[in-house]
Amino acid sequence: MKFLGYKAVRLFILLVAVAAVSFLMIELSPIDPVKSYAAEMGASVQQMAALRSYWQVDVPTYQKLLDWLFDLLQLNLGVSLIYRIPVVNVILDKFTASAILMITSWAISGVFGFVLGIVAGAKEGSWIDKIIKGYCYLLQSSPAFWIGLIIMMIFSVYLRWFPTGLAVPVGTLASEVTFFDWLYRLILPAFTLSIVGIASIALYTRDRLVNILNSDYFLFARARGESHWSIIKRHGIRNVLLPAITLQFMSFSELFGGAVLVEQIFSYPGIGQATVAAGLRSDVPLLLAIVLISTVFVFVGNTIADVLYKYVDPRMRGEDDE
Amino acid sequence: MDDLLNVSNISISFTQYVQGLNQHVLKVISDLSLSVKEGEVVAILGSSGSGKSLLAHAILGILPENGNCEGDIVFKGEVLSQERKEQLRGKEICLIPQSVNFLDPLMKVGEQAIGDVPKEEREEAFKKQRDVFSKYGLSEEVDDLYPFELSGGMARKVLLSTALLSNPELVVADEPTPGLDSQSVKETIKDIKQMAQDGKGVLLITHEIDVALKTADRIAIFYSGYVIEINKTENFNDVNNLLHPYTKSLIEALPRNGFKLTEGVQPLDDVDGCPYFENCPIRDDFCKNNIPSLIEHDGVMIRCHKYNGEVE
Repeated sequence: MKFLGYKAVRLFILLVAVAAVSFLMIELSPIDPVKSYAAEMGASVQQMAALRSYWQVDVPTYQKLLDWLFDLLQLNLGVSLIYRIPVVNVILDKFTASAILMITSWAISGVFGFVLGIVAGAKEGSWIDKIIKGYCYLLQSSPAFWIGLIIMMIFSVYLRWFPTGLAVPVGTLASEVTFFDWLYRLILPAFTLSIVGIASIALYTRDRLVNILNSDYFLFARARGESHWSIIKRHGIRNVLLPAITLQFMSFSELFGGAVLVEQIFSYPGIGQATVAAGLRSDVPLLLAIVLISTVFVFVGNTIADVLYKYVDPRMRGEDDE
Repeated sequence: MDDLLNVSNISISFTQYVQGLNQHVLKVISDLSLSVKEGEVVAILGSSGSGKSLLAHAILGILPENGNCEGDIVFKGEVLSQERKEQLRGKEICLIPQSVNFLDPLMKVGEQAIGDVPKEEREEAFKKQRDVFSKYGLSEEVDDLYPFELSGGMARKVLLSTALLSNPELVVADEPTPGLDSQSVKETIKDIKQMAQDGKGVLLITHEIDVALKTADRIAIFYSGYVIEINKTENFNDVNNLLHPYTKSLIEALPRNGFKLTEGVQPLDDVDGCPYFENCPIRDDFCKNNIPSLIEHDGVMIRCHKYNGEVE
C-alpha cells in the first residue's frame, strides 16, 4: 500500500510538471487563443478587445499559469474551441472510443504476439521460426500508418468488405447507431494496431524463451527426462509470461502514438483524431487536456507493470518498499 | 561383478565456426574410458573448466547440438543410443547438478522435484517427494519455497533429493560441492557414500582432490582431455603407489604432502604425442610423437609409455 501511495504522489508531481511545462510551451508558441476563437465568427476589433480582457490574455504569464493549475485542481479544463462543449466531456467521449480500440488491439497483439514468440522460440532455427521472425522484422520496421493504408487498400478499396472510414454510417444519428455498426467500424483500425503491436512482443518473447532454452535449469529439466514441450509448458511459459506482460503494459506509450496515426487514417473519432484536430486548429484547452490524459494513461500502464512485478514475482514480493 | 556403466573410448568435440565459414573442431574429451560398478563411487578429478561435465552430458544425452560424441556408453550391458538415453534419463540414470541455478527460479521446489507427472499421479508423487525430503531433514515448509529462498545447504539437499526420487541405479554427480561450507561438504560426502551403500553406482565429477579422496572408491585423473590414470583411492595415500608422473606431482603438491609444486600448464590444443610431454620429468623422444593408450594393469589403468608394469 505504501508502494501505491508513493506512486500516487509521483503521479501528482508528474501531472503538475507536465501541466506547467505544456502550458508554458503553448504560451510561448505563436498561437493566439482569441484569434483562433474568434476567427470563425468574424468579430470586430472592439469585440476582440472585449474578449481579450474577458479571457485575461494580457495578465502576466505566472498569473495565468497559477490560474490554470488552480482550475485544473477543480477539474475545470475549460471549453473546447472546436466542439464548443466542456473539454471534460470531449475527452470522456473521445477517450472511451479510443480506449476500446487500444485495449482491443492491445489484448489481441499481446495474445498473438506471445503465442508466436513461444512457437518461434521453441522451434528456434526451424522454418517456422524464420517465417515468424521475418514477419516480425518486416512489421517492426514498417510505420503504423503505412500498414494502415495497405490494409485499407486491401479490405476497403479492393475487397469492399469494410467502409473506408468514420465510426458510424454516414447520415445516421448518434443515438441510432447500433452496437454492431460501431463494432463493424472498429475492426480495421483494431486489426492494424494489433498486427503492428505483435512484432515487438513476439520478438521479445522469442528472445526470452531462447535464453531460457540455454539456461542451466532447462538443461537439468532435460536431464530429468522431461520432454521438450513439457519443459516449454512448465518452465518456459512460466518464466517468460511475467516479463512479457510487463513489456506489454510498458508499451502503452507506443500504443497511444500508433492510435493517433491509425485513427487519422481510418477517420475513427477517437482521442488521436481529436489531438490532430486540436493541434491544427489551435484548440488550446483541448490540446492541454489531451496531453494530461495521455500522461495519466502511460503512467498507469507503467505502474501496472511495476505492481505486477512487485506482487506477482516471488523474488520481488518479499522486498521492502522503495 | 559386472559393470553398471562402461564408458569406452569416448571422444567429445565441438564444431565451431571461426571467422566466417572456417570450421574448427575443438576437442574437449579424448579417448576416455572408465567403468562404474554397482555400489561403487568413481570420481573423475580434473581442473575446473576442463570439460569434465561434458562426460555427464554425454551419458545423459544432453550435449548441445554442435557437440559430437564418439565411442560407446554401455549401461547394464546395453549400448545406449540417443533414444535409449532419453528413456533412461531421470529414471535409471539421474544427474545431481552443481548449483541452485539448475532449478527453475519461479517454481516451488516441491513441485519442481516431482517433475512433470500426470494429474492423477501427482498426489502419490508428492508423498514420495515428502519422504525423500524428510530423509534429508527438509521440513514441510521447504516444499513451498522458491529456489532463491533456499540456503546453500538446503539447496544441495533438494538437488540430491531430486535425483533420488526415481530411485535410479546410476547417479551422476556433477561438481556437487563447490562453494559449500565445510560442514555441508562433509554431509554431501556422507550422502553420496550412502547412495553407494544402497547399491547405486555413483560417478562423481569434481575438481576438489579432498572430496574425491574422501568419497570415491576409485579415482580417474583427467588431464587435458585425457584420462591418464585410474587408481584405487587407497593408493593415493602413498605417492609410490601411483603410476603417472602427473598424478604423483598432483598429490605431492598437496600441503600435507610437502607442497612440492611443479612448473607448467595443461596444453589447450591437441598435441601429437603424450599430453603430459611438455611437463613430464621422465619423457623421451618417443613420447613426443606418439599418444600413449590407456592400458590396464592389475585393475589400475595408466596412460604412459614409460610405465613398465611395476610400481616403483
